[in-house]
Amino acid sequence: MGATVEVHRSIDARGMPCPGPLMSLIGAVREAEVGQVIEVWSTDPGSATDIPAWVRKAGHDLVEVEETPEGTRFVVRKAR
Amino acid sequence: MPARIVVLGGGVGGTLVANLLSARLGRDARVTVVDPTGMHVYQPGFLYLALGQANGRRLVRDERTLLRRDVDLVVEEAIRIHPDAGTVQLRRGGSLAWDHLVIATGARLAPERVPGLASGAHDFYSLEGAQRLREELRRFRGGRIHVGVAGIPYKCPPAPVEFVLMLDDLLRRRGIRERTELTLLSPLDRAFTIESASRLVEPIMERRGIRLMTFFNIESVDPSAGVVTSLEGEKVETDLLIAVPPHRGQRVIEESGLGDASGWVPTDRATLEVEGHERMYAIGDATNLPISKSGSTAHFEAPVVVSRIASQIRGSAARANYGGRVMCFLETGGRRATVLRFDYHRPPVPPRPSFAWHAAKRIFNRLYWETVPRGRVPELPRGGEEGAER
Repeated sequence: MGATVEVHRSIDARGMPCPGPLMSLIGAVREAEVGQVIEVWSTDPGSATDIPAWVRKAGHDLVEVEETPEGTRFVVRKAR
Repeated sequence: MPARIVVLGGGVGGTLVANLLSARLGRDARVTVVDPTGMHVYQPGFLYLALGQANGRRLVRDERTLLRRDVDLVVEEAIRIHPDAGTVQLRRGGSLAWDHLVIATGARLAPERVPGLASGAHDFYSLEGAQRLREELRRFRGGRIHVGVAGIPYKCPPAPVEFVLMLDDLLRRRGIRERTELTLLSPLDRAFTIESASRLVEPIMERRGIRLMTFFNIESVDPSAGVVTSLEGEKVETDLLIAVPPHRGQRVIEESGLGDASGWVPTDRATLEVEGHERMYAIGDATNLPISKSGSTAHFEAPVVVSRIASQIRGSAARANYGGRVMCFLETGGRRATVLRFDYHRPPVPPRPSFAWHAAKRIFNRLYWETVPRGRVPELPRGGEEGAER
């Protein structure tokens, strides 16, 4: 498990249809401080493309993507 | 003794729940609606009001006239919910005791959360905002208009797309479209949250010369320079910014410690119970549910809450569940519209935009007062819809 980074906020967006998980992430990044780490759990296949695409465009760091039987975990650090 | 049911909020959800409960339970319940203004506002009309196609006075009615006679209305602001004591504290003193509570307090606009937004942007998310925007558009003679979103989630997800398409119509009618650069700033990587609907509206936007900028979540506005900056680090210069303000849950939710970080009430997606509270329910915009914040959502949730409360009062097993059903019209300009019908498991398959759906929406706007809040809603015709049946 990715226990290497301290997670400041965890969002369980499992079961949310696309683009719910991304929208929750954007909302959390908006409220976070620079340097803070947010994890989002998603079961929506669309997240595999739209979350990395947004993180890249917005200039943050996608620290980790972990596939688990319970869903995919995206770990994002607010970089600016 | 009749069960005491308090409903917080006299919007679509609160009014409908109160009317259905009183009709269903009769003398077994005493239903009280608490609303800070006592006025019921038909919010979907704001879009039309801003574009000069609706009269503001027709969008507001006295809540009392929409409630059954046996429902009490208390025009007061609820300031604190005490779940353990089973009471709601009111602003002017006093409190109401409840055996069952329904939270239908809706969303609050919070433009102050985005620097420069309050003075640097127009909106059509309040009656006053829509009226101001209508005046601004009347004075508009050409330039750059940007329509965008300054916080998610927000009410009525199709509204920015509808607005930009209908504004295109208006500018063409006035003969100033060629002098206007029209851009939709989308928070996502497409025009609209729902992919199938995006595929439908993006070609229409392109044909009409409406620019689409994706992944543009408004972070700040510099009103004097006319510059809008996104969370993603981009800037645009504009002459008229029309932005959906950030939304949050109501203060009473936050002050009662019942909300999440944004003031939304953690709600069970099927039973609509407030998490951890058996006799408290939440519906409509107030919840944290991963579905559209819209009157339609509240409308489909209301019967579930009514059925569950009736079961609790009568001691039978509660079986009704909410399946995430939502229905929204989406105006696509040129006197055409489509319709989005979906639930937790089935994404919408919008039919080709047609005049019929546009007409249906206009009729719905007029019939609203006599139907939805009173629990009288005819099922809409399904003609022309491609496969989204249930």
